[in-house]
Amino acid sequence: MSEGLQLAVEKIDTPTIEYAELAPMLIVFGVAVAGVLVEAFVPRKARYATHLVLALGGMAAAFAAVVALAGEQEVAAVGAVAVDGPSLFLQGTLLLLGIVSVMLIAERRLEHGGDAFAPQAAAAPGSEAEKEATAANLHQTEVFPLTMFALGGMLLFPASNDLLTMFVALEVMSLPLYLLCGLARRRRMLSQEAALKYFLLGAFSSAFFLFGVAMLYGYSGSLKLDRIAVATGGAMDNDALLLIGMAMVAVGLLFKVGAVPFHSWTPDVYQGAPTPITGFMAAATKVAAFGALLRFFYVAMPGMKWDWRPVMVGVAIVTMIAGAVIAITQTDVKRMLAYSSVAHAGFILTGMLAANEAGASSTLFYLVAYGFVTLGAFAVVTLVRDAGGEATHLSRWAGLGRRSPLLAGVFALFLLAFAGIPLTSGFTGKFAVFQAAADGGAGSLVIVGVLCSAIAAFFYVRVIVLMFFSEPRADGPTVVVPSVLTTAAIALGVAVTVVLGILPQPVLDLADKASLFVH
Amino acid sequence: MNPANYLFLSALLFTIGAAGVLLRRNAIVVFMCVELMLNATNLAFVTFARMHGNYDGQIIAFFTMVVAAAEVVVGLSIIIAIFRSRRTASVDDANLMKW
Repeated sequence: MSEGLQLAVEKIDTPTIEYAELAPMLIVFGVAVAGVLVEAFVPRKARYATHLVLALGGMAAAFAAVVALAGEQEVAAVGAVAVDGPSLFLQGTLLLLGIVSVMLIAERRLEHGGDAFAPQAAAAPGSEAEKEATAANLHQTEVFPLTMFALGGMLLFPASNDLLTMFVALEVMSLPLYLLCGLARRRRMLSQEAALKYFLLGAFSSAFFLFGVAMLYGYSGSLKLDRIAVATGGAMDNDALLLIGMAMVAVGLLFKVGAVPFHSWTPDVYQGAPTPITGFMAAATKVAAFGALLRFFYVAMPGMKWDWRPVMVGVAIVTMIAGAVIAITQTDVKRMLAYSSVAHAGFILTGMLAANEAGASSTLFYLVAYGFVTLGAFAVVTLVRDAGGEATHLSRWAGLGRRSPLLAGVFALFLLAFAGIPLTSGFTGKFAVFQAAADGGAGSLVIVGVLCSAIAAFFYVRVIVLMFFSEPRADGPTVVVPSVLTTAAIALGVAVTVVLGILPQPVLDLADKASLFVH
Repeated sequence: MNPANYLFLSALLFTIGAAGVLLRRNAIVVFMCVELMLNATNLAFVTFARMHGNYDGQIIAFFTMVVAAAEVVVGLSIIIAIFRSRRTASVDDANLMKW
């Protein structure tokens, strides 16, 4: 009791907050809060335009702030946020991906003047209320503030320098995404089911994450990543706490990146969620979660390398094999892309497991390359439609190359980039991570990685063959001509894919320079 | 009393929660089990704060409560939406997508 009283009378100094260094996150969160106010006070007709300008302007301003901060290596907000190379590189990537995602989310030309989201999410599917809302041509715009909150959490996640901030960022990023998954206009039962599965499994995994944080706090007496690293260096008495804590935090993070055996939500959620949201989730969540995974293992756990590395090598191998093999059996484009994203999580883990500076920089580069290809591929999926909405069954895509050579050509480019064919960004990324892993002494991973790339190439090429070398069906889907928003998003995806394939050096150099974590 | 006992209690509660998530079939009960896991974690944080003699753990407990409250809002809204469209909250019936 007396001990508690002594602590109570200690003077508490006012913390100093470095607002300039936190500007990218503050701007995005500010825009999100402003978005809520827009929902409340701006007349319905003007909301869409207001949200669009706010969101795109805010993300552009935040990106400018990231560029202005380039080269910083500091710890801000009393040690809670690390503003260093990897943080800023990933924040820049996330903001660019966010801009592209918001352009896809804002697309309104595909659904007879509607967007991809339910006119009234609260109305049960098939009910009178839903029919009325559809007939009244209602549009909801809450997706914009929700997306911005999720993006703000993603910006904070890889930058968090203590485990409490990391947990809060994890939740801020996930909670809006759970809701966004359930908002699809078509196939609403699937969409709601996706939201339920994602939510229950996500909450389960974040409870594991938090219990892991508690164990690490118990072990080291601190939440700061660098203090935990110092504590792991000394010979402490209770290693059980450390090992359990590390494993459980890793479970929470691996769930978010979608690594086997924590991947089971990925295909269902990717299939059920509205496609623009799937693209956003697939690209941006993976970037943010891998950033946090890198920071946790490289900053907090470098002293435990010989304990976590063998386990993570196993996870990476199983992830690559399971993703590539199960993807072969898929008949739905979105599910196939989901399993392909599982396989890619394995490839990115390969880079991380090099556990050296090249490992960090190659992972950063891979994330940029992968993010833009993924968003582009899902953007293409939104355009192939029939009377029931998007025609996602693979058999419906037969002969698409004859009907719409441009669209099929673009999709083929993205698939080749996924497969890692030279002259695309996918090749450069894979080459970088495999080289880093080979240098870092993970030769077995490289062998499995190359074999899995070959397996994966099979199902990517199969889709290309299906599109170009089979007869189009008479009742096949049509390719809708989108507005400038989706067109620009796809064009950006193509440009990044080609440029990073042919001239990757500037971005590789940038990732190299940005690969140093602040301790 | 030895504070380690509270840690054992916390681990026990966490395990009960985790087992409940895996075994129970009603989405609401599954969700309550997740909340039990979070509260078990809170107990661990507070106990460790006492053992280390610093306040970090107690402050985290507040953060956890706020996060859990936010999670309730989001989770219940999703579960209610599912219940209204299917007239059931069983996680076994949410099976439109497989493999």
